[in-house]
Amino acid sequence: MHSFWAVFKRELKSYFTTPIAYVFLVIFLSFSAYLPFRQGFFEMRQADMRAFFMNLPLLFVFMVPSAAMRLWAEERRVGSIELLFTLPITVTQAVLGKFFAAWLFLAIALALTFPMPITVCYLGEPDIGLIITGYLGSLLMAGGFLAIGCFFSVVSKNQVISFVLSVVACAVLVFAGRPTTLNYLSTLLPAGLVSAIENMSFQTHFESIQKGVLKFKDLSYFVLLIVGWIAASSIVLDERKAS
Amino acid sequence: MISVKELRRSFGPIVAVDGISFDVEKGQVLGLLGPNGAGKTTAMRMLACFLKPDSGTATVCGYDILTNSVEVRRSLGYLAENSPAYNEMTIGAFLNFVCDARQISGKERKRALDRVVPMCSIESVYHQTIETLSKGYQRRVGLAQALIHDPDVLILDEPTDGLDPNQKHEVRGLINSMAKDKCIIISTHILEEVEIVCSRTIIISRGRILVDSTPEKLKEKYRCSLDEVFRKITKAKVA
Repeated sequence: MHSFWAVFKRELKSYFTTPIAYVFLVIFLSFSAYLPFRQGFFEMRQADMRAFFMNLPLLFVFMVPSAAMRLWAEERRVGSIELLFTLPITVTQAVLGKFFAAWLFLAIALALTFPMPITVCYLGEPDIGLIITGYLGSLLMAGGFLAIGCFFSVVSKNQVISFVLSVVACAVLVFAGRPTTLNYLSTLLPAGLVSAIENMSFQTHFESIQKGVLKFKDLSYFVLLIVGWIAASSIVLDERKAS
Repeated sequence: MISVKELRRSFGPIVAVDGISFDVEKGQVLGLLGPNGAGKTTAMRMLACFLKPDSGTATVCGYDILTNSVEVRRSLGYLAENSPAYNEMTIGAFLNFVCDARQISGKERKRALDRVVPMCSIESVYHQTIETLSKGYQRRVGLAQALIHDPDVLILDEPTDGLDPNQKHEVRGLINSMAKDKCIIISTHILEEVEIVCSRTIIISRGRILVDSTPEKLKEKYRCSLDEVFRKITKAKVA
């Protein structure tokens, strides 16, 4: 456990000792606030945060891989991975330590969007439960994207390659559930297959949580996704750490 | 304390280490010598559990590198070839991270830092980030990291590489002072270093052990300097 904490602490600090955290936070916060306003946050005259949460999947497709790409690619390029794995730390501990540090960093980014819910509460009487599940869904989605980003960061030593690959993988998983894609697919594929694709998408489960109902189906989707990609990262990393 | 049995590792068609076996006891300083690409670094990486061998195994302090790699890593100090570190960290933060990972805390940590920082002469740059340090200082930070838990077994891959003559002298002195109660393996290209610090030397080339002897015996046997001995042995066997 102490090895996990050592990696976790170091990783989290490293976001803030380098400019990464600040650049990321400024860009994420400006876009996450700008997009809902552009789409008429006030004109809607509804005290809810739908307009805010609606944009998050697309924003996360670009932002989360940019936070995840350095996790292992950097470590392997610089060679510090040799130091890390000659300390008494197992691959699983290191992968989990880094993953949770990055996840906490994303949670901090999400928490810093607090002016949005405050504005909504000031202007009207929103359903607080809905806002909380909205944030929970966003956090789970960030975790899912992060696990994918972590995997591609293990796969390539080159940060640009790992960024592009994880953006594509995340985008596929988001767009698979958008109505336009599903409408198109239903003209080609049998209904069962279309619904399978729909259920594999982030969008579907994220929207379902947005509605304020925490279903086992949606939670297990995110948990399985995270566990699966993290396990894959550990296995691949164990093979490739020295190459 | 270290026992290597038929260790073998290849990278694609290249056999880097080809079935080497040797034992090193407490109080010995073993110098691994060999031309570039001889397999020194690969062998050391396997002992430090960073690389998995294709076949064969080794034990360090009684722990097997395959089945008990965490214990092996706990009991040895390892300095890698280019002393990799987290460059954005200050030396202090970096050494504290190593202490975290090695479960050194509280008073014990303070003692460890007080011992190791002057020992490697890095007090003056303690609060500097590692990326701003010269190569010699980076090497010393690597050394400090390897010594922080006062391990019984030390594996140092070219410990004096990139140091100036004074620093080289200091590091050699440091190794000599620890030699009595530790088991140390160093790899080097610098033959005078072998004469100064090593009590035993193994010359490897193309992954195989060519000679396992002491520097004195080698000089006696070939009646020339260690430089010439090295050339004679490695060239003769390769040709």
